[in-house]
Amino acid sequence: MLIKSLLANDRGGRILLTALLLVSVAVVASNQLLPQDSMLHVPTYTVTLLGKYLCYALLAVAVDLAWGYLGILSLGHGAFFALGGYAMGMYLMRQIGDRGVYGNPELPDFMVFLNWQELPWFWSGFDQFWFAMIMVLLVPGLLAFAFGWLAFRSRVTGVYLSIITQALTYALMLAFFRNEMGFGGNNGLTDFKDILGFSLQADSTRLGLFIASAIALAAGYLLCRSVTNSRLGRVSVAIRDSEDRVRFIGYRVEKIKLAVFTLSAVLAGVAGALYVPQVGIINPNEFSPLNSIEAVVWVAIGGRGTLFGAVVGALLVNYGKSYFTAAMPEAWLFALGAIFVLVTLFLPRGIVGLFNRDSDQPSKARHPTDGDDSGPVTTAALPQEAH
Amino acid sequence: MATTSTHYRTMPEGRRSTGWRALWLLALLFTVSTASTAFAASDDFEQGLALLSEKSFSKKGRAIELLVASGHEQVLPLLQTMSAGELYYRKSDDRIVTRRDADTGYEITDAVSGEALGTVGRRDVKKVAINNTLRSQLTQAIAELQLGAADPGIRKTALEAMLSELTADSLPLLEKRRRTEQDDSVIEVLDIAIAVAQLESSERSVRLQALQALEGSLYPSVRNRLVTMTANDADAGVRKAAEKALITIESRVNLFSNLETLFFGVSLGSVLILAAIGLAITFGVMGVINMAHGELIMIGAYTTYVIQLLMPNAIEYSLLVAVPAAFIVSGLVGIAIERGVIRFLYGRPLETLLATFGLSLVLQQAVRSIFSPLNRSVETPQWMSGTWEINAIFSLTLNRLYIIAFCLIVFFLLHLILKRTRLGLEVRAVSQNRQMARAMGVRSQWVDALTFGLGSGIAGVAGVALSQLTNVGPNLGQAYIIDSFMVVVFGGVGNLWGTLVAGLSLGVANKVMEPWAGAVLAKILVLVFIILFIQKRPRGLFPQKGRAAEG
Repeated sequence: MLIKSLLANDRGGRILLTALLLVSVAVVASNQLLPQDSMLHVPTYTVTLLGKYLCYALLAVAVDLAWGYLGILSLGHGAFFALGGYAMGMYLMRQIGDRGVYGNPELPDFMVFLNWQELPWFWSGFDQFWFAMIMVLLVPGLLAFAFGWLAFRSRVTGVYLSIITQALTYALMLAFFRNEMGFGGNNGLTDFKDILGFSLQADSTRLGLFIASAIALAAGYLLCRSVTNSRLGRVSVAIRDSEDRVRFIGYRVEKIKLAVFTLSAVLAGVAGALYVPQVGIINPNEFSPLNSIEAVVWVAIGGRGTLFGAVVGALLVNYGKSYFTAAMPEAWLFALGAIFVLVTLFLPRGIVGLFNRDSDQPSKARHPTDGDDSGPVTTAALPQEAH
Repeated sequence: MATTSTHYRTMPEGRRSTGWRALWLLALLFTVSTASTAFAASDDFEQGLALLSEKSFSKKGRAIELLVASGHEQVLPLLQTMSAGELYYRKSDDRIVTRRDADTGYEITDAVSGEALGTVGRRDVKKVAINNTLRSQLTQAIAELQLGAADPGIRKTALEAMLSELTADSLPLLEKRRRTEQDDSVIEVLDIAIAVAQLESSERSVRLQALQALEGSLYPSVRNRLVTMTANDADAGVRKAAEKALITIESRVNLFSNLETLFFGVSLGSVLILAAIGLAITFGVMGVINMAHGELIMIGAYTTYVIQLLMPNAIEYSLLVAVPAAFIVSGLVGIAIERGVIRFLYGRPLETLLATFGLSLVLQQAVRSIFSPLNRSVETPQWMSGTWEINAIFSLTLNRLYIIAFCLIVFFLLHLILKRTRLGLEVRAVSQNRQMARAMGVRSQWVDALTFGLGSGIAGVAGVALSQLTNVGPNLGQAYIIDSFMVVVFGGVGNLWGTLVAGLSLGVANKVMEPWAGAVLAKILVLVFIILFIQKRPRGLFPQKGRAAEG
């Protein structure tokens, strides 16, 4: 019932969720029921790859919530994703127990290697799954809350906000590279053995993680849709289009932005937490600014302000990445760069914008063709969108 | 002197050792009677040389005395070789030689004339052995000879090297030298050396006086001496004086290490300014977020590399060519970017950000495909390497000094262009009020392209400077893009002076924190500081005033 009402005006979402359900069932069925040598058999490797894409898609939904519906172009969502991933990684690290190279039942290998005598305080509790899951939500959420509370209150907007979110993830990357931080430094956390007692190498666990990712994506999508359908969502769209007007009408713009931004960060954290057991490693490179920008590009390509567009973009770009890096590694960055440029120039509403004319997407008053009057504006503190 | 060596070479081989000993006696007599010093000196040299191949250490000691007395120009290198234990004599004729390993036996060279004497068997040469007494005599003799060197630079370095091993015995030598020394910089070190030697004196007053003279001296060996003195000296008053001298020294050392940190900070700041100043134009004046800015820097660095490939015989001048070349290449790429992409995205800063980021990926990959993903080495011209030594513990590296100067030149040139030229006037007019400028007949599109080209060209010039400091590779630009944005945002958008102040203060802050926080943590702290600072003053240190700032 609830889902039906949420998707009442969301044709794209209906299609997307149906497709997600069908594909998941088909993949699971083919992996389990069809014989290995069948044409239609989906190998477990592919299942894990798809699971990874679904995590990226959830990250893209989170970015779209902040960018498409609130107008905050975050170049630091990769940081929340990675923090969620690290929380999960710490749990998986503790699960290794004495099966590590050094066989220390208490300390992860890298701590033994660094000659540490006891577990740092911030590692305690991570042997419990429930605690780790709370941290997956809490750590990115708190960071986003603190960061947003400072930034939105002092009305840092637009490009400035983008740049300091980038600085945030860059600073975190440098910090996590340090061995002294206690998160494995350069190598990050890896060599995971099992999750909740199930071996991560087992096909059934991998299938389970894939299903969990699909469910998380669907739930995340519905959650975001319920936000965008609510009054909160409508006010945030208003903020996106004209922050000052909303403030003058009497809304507490800061609070609304903070709520939506924090929710978006938590979703990114969940995506990271599901991502780590599937790829088997988390290291500081996940914080690199490039990753965050890539996530933004998935959204831009799919079409921002639609939520399902973000999913479409994430899946397409990542499939393209897997294909290109295998087939022509040289060409991948050329292709990605060209996609950036072409999409922003010619497809301002993304791929789904081609099919979908009546969405929440921000309208473009200035199209690329009317160049002359729209020269550069003096300061960078430009309005988010042309009115 | 030249005659001596020829004379030496024409000597009958074989019986030289004994024959010359007799001659030496003769020569002594001769010296006394005629006082013909020139002749005696050359004789002393031959005598000493002959004595070197003797077994007895006391005779070798006599040999050293004779050699020193001869004043022959080859004595110093000879004694240095001997002190290093690399002096040999040929058994067949006692000729003093140096040897080098060859396939069969040794390749030997005459130690005085440098004449190659062919290869001999492993047993045909024997080492001129030295013991501890000889070694200290040698050290003393070498020091004395160096103090007598004609070049004041050599005298000074010799004195500085001596400081750590001076004893009361060296005092007469030093004082003698002090009476005749003319060069001021040498006198300075000589006085310190004398004071150090006096520290060993048995008289309390002499030690106290020496301590007073040493106050504020920056030589590390002096400092070590004083540290041992504060612990070991018999007299309490002297210990106290030594402590006092040490405190003065420490405070001066601190002062200079602070100056050094400041210098490192300023040079890092100049690098930041160079990297950011092009951005200050494109981002600050035009409001365009150019994420490909780092890649324009990279293109400048690669231009330097290519220029050096093109003129391998004139590396000294390559940078002078590279600066304008990089400006033009990066500037043209910039204009192409502006005309091809950014022009369509004015007024949509976030889209500009994405599109230019895409361009940066393409440029990086292009460089990777053309030049390979490996770092390329760019040579540093001779005139840029080296250091400028100000005192014993404080010296500035020349390449950093040049970068600082270069940064200031670029900054003020850019300032002049914006404030004093027609283009600058038009740029400012368009950025303040586009419609009005157009109504006045300014070709705004033309100005946009040129402004962007100017900012990009400056980025290319920064690349030339960076090629002298870091590796030139495809990721060069990425390393600087975030820092550059931080500098511009911190300084205040649209304000060149803000960029200057911000770059310098971030550079200095980074280097000040580095000693106790480590390089990485210092950088993190600076980033966190900027993030917090932006919250407090969203428009940077020097915000733009007036209507233009309202956006």
